[in-house]
Amino acid sequence: MGVEILSNALRVTALLSGEIDHHTAAAIRMDIDSAISAQQPKTLRLDFTEVSFMDSSAIGLVMGRYRLLQAWGGQLEVVNLSDRNYKVMKLAGMQSLCMLKRKDEENESD
Amino acid sequence: MKAINQMKMTLESRSVNESFARVAVSAFAAQHDPTVEEISDIKTAVSEAVTNCIVHAYPETVGDIYIWVGLYENGMVRVRIKDKGCGIINIKQAMEPLFTTLGGERAGLGFAVMESFMDKVRVRSTPGKGTTVTMDKLIKGRCDGQG
Ligand SMILES: Nc1ncnc2c1ncn2[C@@H]1O[C@H](COP(=O)(O)OP(=O)(O)OP(=O)(O)O)[C@@H](O)[C@H]1O
Ligand SMILES: [Mg+2]
Repeated sequence: MGVEILSNALRVTALLSGEIDHHTAAAIRMDIDSAISAQQPKTLRLDFTEVSFMDSSAIGLVMGRYRLLQAWGGQLEVVNLSDRNYKVMKLAGMQSLCMLKRKDEENESD
Repeated sequence: MKAINQMKMTLESRSVNESFARVAVSAFAAQHDPTVEEISDIKTAVSEAVTNCIVHAYPETVGDIYIWVGLYENGMVRVRIKDKGCGIINIKQAMEPLFTTLGGERAGLGFAVMESFMDKVRVRSTPGKGTTVTMDKLIKGRCDGQG
């Protein structure tokens, strides 16, 4: 449960896993923020492949990272969402803040 | 209408209990033979209501969260989540999508999520006394269309 961070020159990728709720979001947020604040990447990718549950705390997590990236004009990608979580992100209007992709949709590689 | 089976529990408003609350409620509701999707719907809605008790109702303290679940003959599940916290002054405004009194990491979408995953959501609240959220969902279940 939590987050694994991978980074290269252009992009930080956060591989999220397990359940994202208000309880677990705090630690996930801290890990992502310390990685991106140091590097100020052009792109932050949040990978939801291994996320088994999420509630609106995950939407807050996406919104908060979007705001942080604004400080240096970084972009946000939210990828590998299950059909269900894709629907929730759309319901929340996240497609206007970032690129949303479902599982099986192709991701740009390096 | 009378419930054919009921469950009650009281939990302290600690964030570590969020996952226990949603798993316990959905495990009880499993008696109605819901689909995986319906289980996820209930889990998500319970997570929202319980989190609201923790972050909003009892912001600086630990209080009790009272959860009641009723199962009905027709396949309905009713979940009631109650706190004795600060209460809500304007319920209509609180339920509007994107409205939040906390900002920061909160999206203001908890009630919108509850309403999208459950058939009916009712909120009663008295400022200074507490809030009760009651949610209904008709379980169509795995047997749907086969008998
Ligand atoms: N149990 C409660 N006690 C007191 N106030 C509440 C309670 N539940 C909700 N509220 C109020 O209603 C508002 C809206 O709740 P909602 O769950 O929709 O959004 P949020 O909790 O602010 O954000 P999110 O759920 O997206 O993290 C809250 O900001 C809070 O002011
Ligand atoms: Mg909420």
